[in-house]
Amino acid sequence: MADRAYITPIADEDLYVLDTASWRVYRPVMDKSKCVECGMCMTYCPVRAIIGTDDKKYKITYDYCKGCGICAAECPRKAIDMVLEGGAE
Amino acid sequence: MAMKEIRLHGRGGQGAVKAAQLVVRAAVNGGKQAQFIPFFGVERKGSPVFGYLRVADEPIRRKTQIYTPDMLLILDDSLVMLPETYAGLKEGGVIIINSTKSAEELNIPPQAGTVAEVDATAIAEKHLGRNIPNTTILGAFGKVSDLVDTETLFSTIEEIFGKENRNCAEEAYEAVTIIKK
Amino acid sequence: MGVIKVLTGNYSASEGAALCRPDLIAAYPITPQSSVVEYLAGKVHNGVLDSNLVQVESEHSAMSVVEGAAYAGGRVFTATSAQGLALMYEPYFRMATLRLPMVMAIATREMTSPETIWSGQQDAMSVRDAGWIQMFCDDNQEITDMVIQAYKIAEDEGVLIPVNVCYDGFYSSHLTTGVDLPLQEEVDAFLPPVHFNHATLDPDHPISLDPMTPGNLLMKYRRSHLEAMKRVPEVVDRIDKEFGDKFGRYYGGMISEYRIEDAEIVIITVGGMTGAGMDAVDAARENGIKAGLVKLRFTRPFPAARVAKALEGKKAFAVIDRSVCFGWSCGPMYMETKASLADAADQYCHFSAIGGLGGADISTDMIYSTIQKLEDNKETKTELETQWYITE
Repeated sequence: MADRAYITPIADEDLYVLDTASWRVYRPVMDKSKCVECGMCMTYCPVRAIIGTDDKKYKITYDYCKGCGICAAECPRKAIDMVLEGGAE
Repeated sequence: MAMKEIRLHGRGGQGAVKAAQLVVRAAVNGGKQAQFIPFFGVERKGSPVFGYLRVADEPIRRKTQIYTPDMLLILDDSLVMLPETYAGLKEGGVIIINSTKSAEELNIPPQAGTVAEVDATAIAEKHLGRNIPNTTILGAFGKVSDLVDTETLFSTIEEIFGKENRNCAEEAYEAVTIIKK
Repeated sequence: MGVIKVLTGNYSASEGAALCRPDLIAAYPITPQSSVVEYLAGKVHNGVLDSNLVQVESEHSAMSVVEGAAYAGGRVFTATSAQGLALMYEPYFRMATLRLPMVMAIATREMTSPETIWSGQQDAMSVRDAGWIQMFCDDNQEITDMVIQAYKIAEDEGVLIPVNVCYDGFYSSHLTTGVDLPLQEEVDAFLPPVHFNHATLDPDHPISLDPMTPGNLLMKYRRSHLEAMKRVPEVVDRIDKEFGDKFGRYYGGMISEYRIEDAEIVIITVGGMTGAGMDAVDAARENGIKAGLVKLRFTRPFPAARVAKALEGKKAFAVIDRSVCFGWSCGPMYMETKASLADAADQYCHFSAIGGLGGADISTDMIYSTIQKLEDNKETKTELETQWYITE
């Protein structure tokens, strides 16, 4: 359909494969001894990398976390550290 | 000296832009003409960054990308996998790369002349505690190329970034090795 | 002699603006202009620049705020790009039609859609009929110099029209190079303090500014504005000479010409592509092609007479546009160049070249291909299809 070419720029392929995890330089690591499971980190995470588990606890998933550090900045207990990627878990 | 075109390849956050601007400053301080244009896809950490750096005695008029570089300055050796990194390198072109790999592993293109490498990441982490290899690789640049007076380069690094960064550059100056002639 | 500083294009604009002692600056950040105002904010914060810096929440507000300050007789400055320029269109139009002098830097950027943040000239071109004077810079030195000249042009009693100083987003705005910065005393001697008062709000002498205006009267204002535009070329040339005499840099006024005298082939450029254009002309000359270049420095008012004169006796020309003219199959400056020639256009082989949209590069090879195409067709006296700098 040559007529349909280059009309409106749309993308309908490969929409969900952006590997934002590879962008990370620092990764957030929770110190559960300080964490009070308030869920603020999940509220603020822009990419929904922090999830609530069934037992009303919160954990960070690293599939898409970009290492932006907002969770660490917002945590009222300073329970999240930003650790250099490739450093200790 | 005819205009020399140097293409930088790095990732966002490694300081490629600041390094190239510093070379411009050192060149201009040394009475030369110089120009630097950064080029990003997306402006964020980790994203490939291109830098188009030109140094000359005569005023530089064109403000375009660099298609046939005389030299490549590569801050992150994972970028050699991308075809645009080596594309257009002139016959006998010089490559300066932040790496510990061998020439074979780096897939050095056949037309390359001198290839110099230095473990800028390790040196930067040692002096700065962070993987920002830009000032370090400038030390290698100072050793391998004669485009900018070395002392001017080092004193400009110290002036802008401080003594620790100068130490990085000086260590790289000594540590850089030629892995292909 | 000034001070050599290593600056980006944006900082060159900021330094130029600071040297003109603006009373008030208001701007909203947008890629690729953001560092213009960040730099000025730094100077104000450090006490180096005595200027009122107003933080606003949008470009519409930015232009409205500077407009208000201009009502009070102030010298004002702002900067923007693309979508920001679009957002401020309403007060932008009013600024010119109220005949208030000011200088606005535009780090030109492509207009979305398609989604983009990169270099282009569509933004400035799409507002070329809003009554402002528009000029395009080639390199960073020219950016600084023209911001200074622009205030003098805008505030000239015979002009009183605001000026856009445009330069390529990224390819100029983010380009770092050495610039010879004039000293403050030198600029003070060149640019007198702001002195326009034809529309100044002053509580001691109350006036009504911009009351409802009936059509017959409105037309007189428009006519007066167009008359003022006609006076601009002479003012531009005069100030170019004055600036050159004082600072040693002459730019040629409304246009500048490169290797034109014996040229058969002429390329016409706008903005930063000019540098690569001159390199391409030199390369063509080495291959025996009699190429030359005209740089459209001012696009509003369009330098029709000077362009027509520069093309006199030549065989072929192309205009390289970094934007499109919707409704015509070509670029906007090509349209206007043809209009300058009127029937005389039939004497040339000519075509429009469009490239560098959305951040794409305009390389010396691309410009050379245009020169080659002109050379190959120079005897044909026909208009050819628009050439696009697209790699398929």
